[in-house]
Amino acid sequence: MDSPLLRDLKSLVGADAVLHRPEDLLLYEYDGSVETARPTCVVFPTTTEQVVHLMRLAKKYDTPIVGRGAGTGLSGGALARKGGIVVVFSKMNRILELDVENQRAVVEPGVVNSDLSAAVAHAGLHFAPDPSSQKACTIGGNVAENSGGPHTLAYGVTTNHVLALQLVLPSGELVRVGSSAVDAPGYDLTGLLVGSEGTLALVTEVTVKLTRIPECVKTLLAIFDTIDDSMETVADITARGITPAACEMLDGWTLRAVEDYVHAGFPRDCAAVLLLEVDGPREAAEQHAAEVADICKTHNAREVRVAKDSRERDLLWKGRKNAFGAVGRISSSYYVQDGVIPRTKLPATLRQIDMIGKKYGFQIGNIFHAGDGNLHPLILFDQRDADQFRRVLAASDEIIQFCIDQGGSITGEHGVGMEKDRLMPLLFSEAELEVMARMRNAFNPTGLLNPEKIFPSKKGCGEIHSAPLAAPARPQA
Amino acid sequence: MNGSSQIANILGAENVKTDMESLAAHAIAGKTPSEVVSPSSAAEVVEIVRHTASTKRAIVVCGARTKLSMGLAPSRYDVAVDMSRMNRVVAYDPGDLTLSVEPGIKLAALSRTLAEHGQMLPLGVPFSAHTTIGGTIASGVDAPQRQLYGTARDFLLGAEFVTGDGVLAKSGGRVVKNVTGYDLHKLLIGSLGTLGVITKLNFKTFPFPTNVRGFIARFRSYESAFDMRDRIARSPLLPMTLDIFSPGVARLFESAAGAGAAREAMPQGILSNDEWALTTGYSGNDSSLARYESELRKVAAECGAASVTIAHETLPAAWARKREFIPIALASSPATTILKIGVLPSKLKLVLNAVGGAGEKHQVPGVAMVRGVGVLYIALLPPDAGDESKQRVAKCVSEIQAAATQLGGHATVPWCPDAWKPTLNIWGAENPDWAEMRKVKNAFDPGAILSPGRFVGGM
Repeated sequence: MDSPLLRDLKSLVGADAVLHRPEDLLLYEYDGSVETARPTCVVFPTTTEQVVHLMRLAKKYDTPIVGRGAGTGLSGGALARKGGIVVVFSKMNRILELDVENQRAVVEPGVVNSDLSAAVAHAGLHFAPDPSSQKACTIGGNVAENSGGPHTLAYGVTTNHVLALQLVLPSGELVRVGSSAVDAPGYDLTGLLVGSEGTLALVTEVTVKLTRIPECVKTLLAIFDTIDDSMETVADITARGITPAACEMLDGWTLRAVEDYVHAGFPRDCAAVLLLEVDGPREAAEQHAAEVADICKTHNAREVRVAKDSRERDLLWKGRKNAFGAVGRISSSYYVQDGVIPRTKLPATLRQIDMIGKKYGFQIGNIFHAGDGNLHPLILFDQRDADQFRRVLAASDEIIQFCIDQGGSITGEHGVGMEKDRLMPLLFSEAELEVMARMRNAFNPTGLLNPEKIFPSKKGCGEIHSAPLAAPARPQA
Repeated sequence: MNGSSQIANILGAENVKTDMESLAAHAIAGKTPSEVVSPSSAAEVVEIVRHTASTKRAIVVCGARTKLSMGLAPSRYDVAVDMSRMNRVVAYDPGDLTLSVEPGIKLAALSRTLAEHGQMLPLGVPFSAHTTIGGTIASGVDAPQRQLYGTARDFLLGAEFVTGDGVLAKSGGRVVKNVTGYDLHKLLIGSLGTLGVITKLNFKTFPFPTNVRGFIARFRSYESAFDMRDRIARSPLLPMTLDIFSPGVARLFESAAGAGAAREAMPQGILSNDEWALTTGYSGNDSSLARYESELRKVAAECGAASVTIAHETLPAAWARKREFIPIALASSPATTILKIGVLPSKLKLVLNAVGGAGEKHQVPGVAMVRGVGVLYIALLPPDAGDESKQRVAKCVSEIQAAATQLGGHATVPWCPDAWKPTLNIWGAENPDWAEMRKVKNAFDPGAILSPGRFVGGM
């Protein structure tokens, strides 16, 4: 016998758009993080109207409700930490409006990131935020997490490309914030909502800016014999005021794992490589490519390869974008950090990460967005070993503490979610968190929408982190 | 004991002013505060706000006082909080291109500090000789450089502020990429001091562009100028600025009001009094500059430009006037009324049709500055501030606002004579999301003591 909630859900969206059997729910216990949480049920709405009713049902049954896109998130943002209804937006995946002339698009939240770019490529446009999971992740998820990606160094993260949103508030009201025309009068609610990790409203429509595809792209691979040299190079490129479109670092260990997997011709005997991209009008791109190559050589780059054509370029990027998958072939699990540091502190931070790895006896692979100081150390461990899991968290916390001590932050693009909520007090005082929580309480007063995210729970740390039934390593960044 | 003596105990008597002259200098729309207080730290701001809140008095925060007339007049106003003593650079790391400053620092002084390291903030905003960084952010004024760099929301990394109930809060940080917590600092941009007293602002800085040039194409009609704007948008070119000026702007820029913006006279042959002018700035090495020049010449010719000029856009006299369009316009009529309109770029022509129609019908002269991203500044320049002018301007404004709304845009009146505010719809058509904004306001300023009444919907 179905519960009254299930009966109401089925009559709203149809029985085949509601999952509730334990074996069906299994997939939705996970996202791309090491966290797990089982929902009571999963629903697949197809219209905004249905989402409004779902919100009302959550209220009626006093049950938590959580939005979810493709489940590629890396901080547990889309997990039902307190159970309840998970609303999966994968069937709301229509591009509602393409306005090439004004470089705008209106999309439903379930549209896959790279599908939007593909749909506007014919007009020489793309959606600039490009998370490594862009072939799977959704625009709605990007909006919730304010996602970044390799090319957000020059082009900005999701929030820089979102103009307006249609929201279903926890009260069940439907409201539009922002405007497709720039500078809508009033407070920047769009700016508040993007990156609010699904804790203020469910988003049912997104108005985005589209960006012109650059005329010329130059992709360089700089090969270094020491990690220090590679990091000094990044600091120097930044200090000289050159903003590459992308500036990615892979250390030697990660590179060998990648090379074994994708066979892109990466050197197996180096300490680090930088994958650099500059773009723009041809003359500017060529000038910057020459300048960047010079800086690499000044810092003892053994070799600087320039991709000759788009095939070579794609191969280099294939290495970067499949790096997490490559590591997944080697280790049963890994823990990805997302700390950010000022770019001048890159060399010292890399040395510290190396030291922490040795101290705890873990192999740490480094692959990250060096250009904006956004680190993704991958700590390899065995998920079945509870002691290892505890030590991974300890090592990870030590890395994060170092990032904060350098004037950095705990998450650059993955979000706080349920993974880093306990770390929030490292950056924010109780009073500062209280002011932030006023926003959540203003929009989400009952707390039924995506509960126990971002804000630290009052419980002790041990209770918060889930048991080491960690997610298997999957190809994401 | 009255409020002022309590605050004097905290700040020192010399930082609390109650003399008539100081109070008059801080008046807004005829409302005069009962004291002007000048904190030197965030802790002092907290104390001021708590004391003021406990006595249920209202605060207006100010810096150089260049934009206090923006928005509606405050419904209550007891204490002016002058931030000009909080003018330190808290941290500047040129190697990392990040900056943390107190709000009272003058933008001009800050720009000099950044220039020493070959860097800048892309904030060529009006009133630039006097304005503070805090006032620039709180007012949300934009700059020509937004064409390439975006607006403050794209490079403000974090902020510290004091809420209306006296809690020191912060959001964001000092790194260029960060998703830790809600982006509360974005709410402060353009909030006119209604959410919090800003005590610190963190920015991403940018390398100062070298080899800057300007290209000016003059057209007989705005249709042709917009045609050129559209073609540039479809090209691979990435200019830093792109603004279109109406006929009549030349006269303003050459006038005494224009002379206030720059020491040098407005150079001849840049703008003309009977033509529309598209002005665009770009930078790069010699081959880049040559590319821009040849492509812009070609596009201008295809769009039927009457003539073109290539100049160093850094040409201080021309650049300063472009940046200072608003103050120049304000000084050009006893009752200048400025509309700011946001629309999709494809609707710019239709908006200008409506503007022209309304101006002609109600016999209100005016000039326009149009940003390529889809923002129009329409300066209505009535000959006097009399009743008849007021009626004409009011009709003209409301027709333009109706047209902007009908075209999917929005139109506000950031500047007009104080006495005209009750007659005009300062914030434009009410939007349903104002109800959500009210929630934000109530959360940050539960006692409604921060600039009450100035913001949208009288918030």
